[in-house]
Amino acid sequence: MIWRTLRRIMREPLGAIGLTLVTVVVLSAVFASLLTSYAPSKISPAQRFASPSLLHLLGTDHLGRDLLTRVLYGGRVALLIALGATAVSLVVGVVLGLIAGYGPRWLDNVLLLIFDAVKSFPTVMLALTLVTLFGPSLYAVVLVVMLVNVPGYARIIRTQTLVLKSAEHVMAARSMGATAGRILRVHILPNIIGPILILISMDIPVVVAIEAGMSFLGLGVRPPTPSWGAILNDGFANIRDSYWIVIAGGLPIVLTTLGFTFFGETLRDLFDPRLKGRS
Amino acid sequence: MIRYALKRLWLGAIIISVAMMMMFAMVYLIPGDPASVALGPRATPEMMEALRVRMGLDQPVWRQFLHFYGSVLRGDLGTEVLSDRPVLDVVMEQLPFTLALVVGGITWSVALGIPLGCIAAVRRGGFVDQVIGVLSVAMIAVPSFVVAIYSLLVFAVALQWLPAIGAGEPGDLASRLQHLILPSLAVGLGWIGYISRMVRASMLETLEASHIRTARAFGLTEHRIVYTYALRIAVLPTITLLGVGIGHMLSSSVFAEIVFARPGIGKLVYEAISVRNYPIVSGAVLVTTVFFVLVNVAADILVGILDPRVRSSFN
Repeated sequence: MIWRTLRRIMREPLGAIGLTLVTVVVLSAVFASLLTSYAPSKISPAQRFASPSLLHLLGTDHLGRDLLTRVLYGGRVALLIALGATAVSLVVGVVLGLIAGYGPRWLDNVLLLIFDAVKSFPTVMLALTLVTLFGPSLYAVVLVVMLVNVPGYARIIRTQTLVLKSAEHVMAARSMGATAGRILRVHILPNIIGPILILISMDIPVVVAIEAGMSFLGLGVRPPTPSWGAILNDGFANIRDSYWIVIAGGLPIVLTTLGFTFFGETLRDLFDPRLKGRS
Repeated sequence: MIRYALKRLWLGAIIISVAMMMMFAMVYLIPGDPASVALGPRATPEMMEALRVRMGLDQPVWRQFLHFYGSVLRGDLGTEVLSDRPVLDVVMEQLPFTLALVVGGITWSVALGIPLGCIAAVRRGGFVDQVIGVLSVAMIAVPSFVVAIYSLLVFAVALQWLPAIGAGEPGDLASRLQHLILPSLAVGLGWIGYISRMVRASMLETLEASHIRTARAFGLTEHRIVYTYALRIAVLPTITLLGVGIGHMLSSSVFAEIVFARPGIGKLVYEAISVRNYPIVSGAVLVTTVFFVLVNVAADILVGILDPRVRSSFN
């Protein structure tokens, strides 16, 4: 099943590029420690601002740290945050969506209103306010991702639940006395997993961008944790003399967001063209 | 039509007041007493008490909440503690710079997105269509701050074609526009992609319509049909899309303002956070949110006027 899916994706040009990029990014993050002999946060003052060479393929930064190493380890940070934050927002979104779709009408209306209100904050403004409150940290990033993603997930789950609620097999289960919990778990949830998976692959680049963006502003993960956004920030301060630092920080962000987007788009076009209107 | 507009406005008002509630909750939840934060560590207890009374912090929560609502409705967002100026004035001073950036972003996205979408629709299925498709997805995917930094690196630092810093000389329109080109490209690039995809899809749909078939039967050229008759209808969804787009562009403008060292709301909030100047943060966020909601309401009403089908589906 999985192999057949992958083969279908590889047959589309966009899907092939996407899947290749995603594979490269994931593998290089997983095997970061095998691909480089440097430590990500090792400071070597003698090697400050070294331009790219055989010794340091992407050069070094203002503290003499090897940039390729930081990019590889930064990939771990980016992907872990992307997966973790997406998973958390997915759980919350599914629960709220099921409640809105299956629960009483008034609760549905209240939840919809809250979703709309949360969405009416521009993302970066939301992030800036939250960081003012809680200070810059990993959790602030996760919280921003949640607030950005949950309303969208919940809305889709709600719509699907509303459709399924009046489907014949759910009616039958209800008339046989099944509880609401059982109906949601056994009859509704399995039917909405497909669109959810596609949404996740389309949202991972967004989360990667949020993490990198917040770290670029100094509001995300704390130094010396390697993060692509933080590398961009270091490089931005020295953009006139040491251009390779911003190139090293930006390139992985571009490749990752492109890869996951191409992959997600192909997945959606192949398996669920209905989601196309959502952009 | 009036009923539809009123309904949409009412929804907008509710969203704004929920947003205000959240703003209030945030300011209330901030760790530490706003008065002690404002006065710094060397303040005497008497000074603290006086400021607390002046800020209304000695009142019960619900009184503070009502007071907050009341003053916001009167346009009073509080006073900035450091310079003793009204927050609204400070924010409004920066707003034009951010608006210029957003308008610049819209200009980029409309000027390039609509033609690209039309070309793709006319050449549907062909090589050109596929290239435009991939380009559009790519423009959507790449985060705006990376676009900002890379365009700064290429066009301002390496090639030195365009200025890197600031918003240009006051009163000198040419210099202002020159300083706007790169930041607004960073803000608008993603929306070139969104708009070209949207125009392509709605153009393909429009080309199936019966009045277009009639135009074909009359022997009009394809060029004339697409750009004169179909485009007029195919462009409608772009208006709603831009309503959403303006919110995203407000977000991206924070990055553009920081990267290009431009004045604006984003830079204002960013700098206010680093010195923990909370009234400015909440005031600027509130103004931005209200602006965003109003733009969306206006876009929806405009589409309702232009396309009667939307009105009926809303009821």
